[in-house]
Amino acid sequence: MGITDEKVKQLEEKANDIRISIIDILEDAGSGHTAGPLDMADIFTVLFFHTLKHNPKEPAWPERDRVVLSNGHICPVLYSTMAHAGYFPIKELKTLRKFGSNLQGHPHRDFLPMLETSSGPLGSGLSQAVGMALADKIDHGLTSNRRIYALLSDGELECGQTWEAAMLAGKEKLHNLVAVVDRNNIQIDGYTENVMPLEPLSDKWRAWNWHVIEIDGHNMEEIADAFESARAIFSKPIVIIAHTIAGKGVKEFERDYRWHGKPPNKEEEIMAINELRTLGGKIRSEHQ
Amino acid sequence: MLNPELKLNTKLFDKNVEQIPIRQGFGEGLLEAGEKNLQVVGLCADLTESTKMDLFAKKFPERFIEMGVAEQNLASVASGLAAMGKIPFISSYAMFSPGRNWEQIRTTICYNNQPVKIAGSHAGISVGPDGGTHQAIEDIAITRVIPRMVVVSPCDAIEAKKATLASVDTGTPVYIRLAREKTPIMTTGATPFEIEKAQIYWHSPAGGTKPQVGIVATGALLHKALLVAKELEEKKIDVEVMNLSTIKPLDEKAIIELAKKTGRIVTVEEHQISGGMGSTVAECLAKNFPVPIEFIGVDDQFGQSGTPDELIKHYSMDTESIIKAVTKILKR
Repeated sequence: MGITDEKVKQLEEKANDIRISIIDILEDAGSGHTAGPLDMADIFTVLFFHTLKHNPKEPAWPERDRVVLSNGHICPVLYSTMAHAGYFPIKELKTLRKFGSNLQGHPHRDFLPMLETSSGPLGSGLSQAVGMALADKIDHGLTSNRRIYALLSDGELECGQTWEAAMLAGKEKLHNLVAVVDRNNIQIDGYTENVMPLEPLSDKWRAWNWHVIEIDGHNMEEIADAFESARAIFSKPIVIIAHTIAGKGVKEFERDYRWHGKPPNKEEEIMAINELRTLGGKIRSEHQ
Repeated sequence: MLNPELKLNTKLFDKNVEQIPIRQGFGEGLLEAGEKNLQVVGLCADLTESTKMDLFAKKFPERFIEMGVAEQNLASVASGLAAMGKIPFISSYAMFSPGRNWEQIRTTICYNNQPVKIAGSHAGISVGPDGGTHQAIEDIAITRVIPRMVVVSPCDAIEAKKATLASVDTGTPVYIRLAREKTPIMTTGATPFEIEKAQIYWHSPAGGTKPQVGIVATGALLHKALLVAKELEEKKIDVEVMNLSTIKPLDEKAIIELAKKTGRIVTVEEHQISGGMGSTVAECLAKNFPVPIEFIGVDDQFGQSGTPDELIKHYSMDTESIIKAVTKILKR
């Protein structure tokens, strides 16, 4: 069952708002990561505004799906999406990385208990999601309607622990587990295929008995369809390899690994927000 | 004399005192915990029989997960299970868990505040012939520095069973230190046990002389400390012996009380001197009631192959070494 054109339009507008928040708060913070948050904005939007079973007004609702963000450094997109979804006030986003803020530089449940996990050190999120899926399977078996979503970067697949977790999930046939790989091809030291080649990536997951879905990570319909079709798989865990453009949404940042770990300055913020508000010049900004 | 209130094993000084591996107590404790609490799950990294988790695994196969040789995954999967309300026990050799997977324990278990129980077997030098790679003598140091972690080092199989059962309800991460070899049974089912509570196992009889040295021991070496106390009694040197099975949180009140009473402390542990139980005691006393301290433990070295007795003697943790430390501290 696909989603309507109207829904696609709504999701695209929401993703754009989230990207504007990301740029805004990163410039305020003066440090943080830009490329990953921008390129995962579309996937976060579909998850939180279409796919997830959750209740922002009751974050501890026991029946909720679980979202485990493994590469904690892209938390500006997690925080921005959660704020736009109503978990906490949007104005709180301004406190990112400040002393005493709920929005720590890398996610920390002590400060923001509604997070499913604290994260930062790469490579352990998939294991935690596997644990959650196992618990759900022990309690409900194949009748479980819950989904555990693990959001991973491509660079962190270089951590051996990821593959320890992948092996176990394949062995235990965790159909309630959906991993999403942000295949943006960059990491701190450069392009993934230069730093440490990951290809053939989909074959690696298939070898550990996962069901692989490859999508354009910026096509709302494809993202929503991938999550929907994952629900029809009952014999394997599912990985969605989402091909994304690092820094997506701001032409000057796109595909440039130097934007992995730095924030925009004031000038770059104005340029980027203007570009997002005008959808790359397709519409006139209210300020023009 | 042995503290009569603790209902200790009256045969503990016999030559053929009953000996059971401490890990056996963990296995039996986990089995009972599994019977009492349906949320208890067990995870093991390919050492199920060796860590005695097999007792639980056979009885509750639906609550047991074989992880394969993957200790990092072991720690973080347990964190995920705990996040969903389970009470996971993970077991391996202490060298690999909490050795190899320390960062996963710090971040995904303790930083996340998930109540995972980590059973590290084959701790100490008495692992014996397997050699230095398999002798965890740094595990107390690396676990006690992590916020929220409770660290328990039982003295015998019976205490290990009680510690395992008590760990279910702490709501915190717990590290339970276990040993491979058969070691003397010092306690009985009737001996009281509480996490965090240090106990005086040997004290001078009422009306006797004032004890001159307080020996603080943890793990199976407590038996050697008690043998020393008995031997010294015959030489008219009175000491008190404390079983410090919970290393964190530390029973500071009991430690300070012992230091005040005796004025001299000897710590005894099968662990590196640096960072272990003795360091914990020293930190407490330096702050609250400084007294001379001698440390029995491994002195900044790796282990090697040998029988447990050979190794305990070689690394100066035998009764003779404890007596030397007592003699030395009496002259300080």
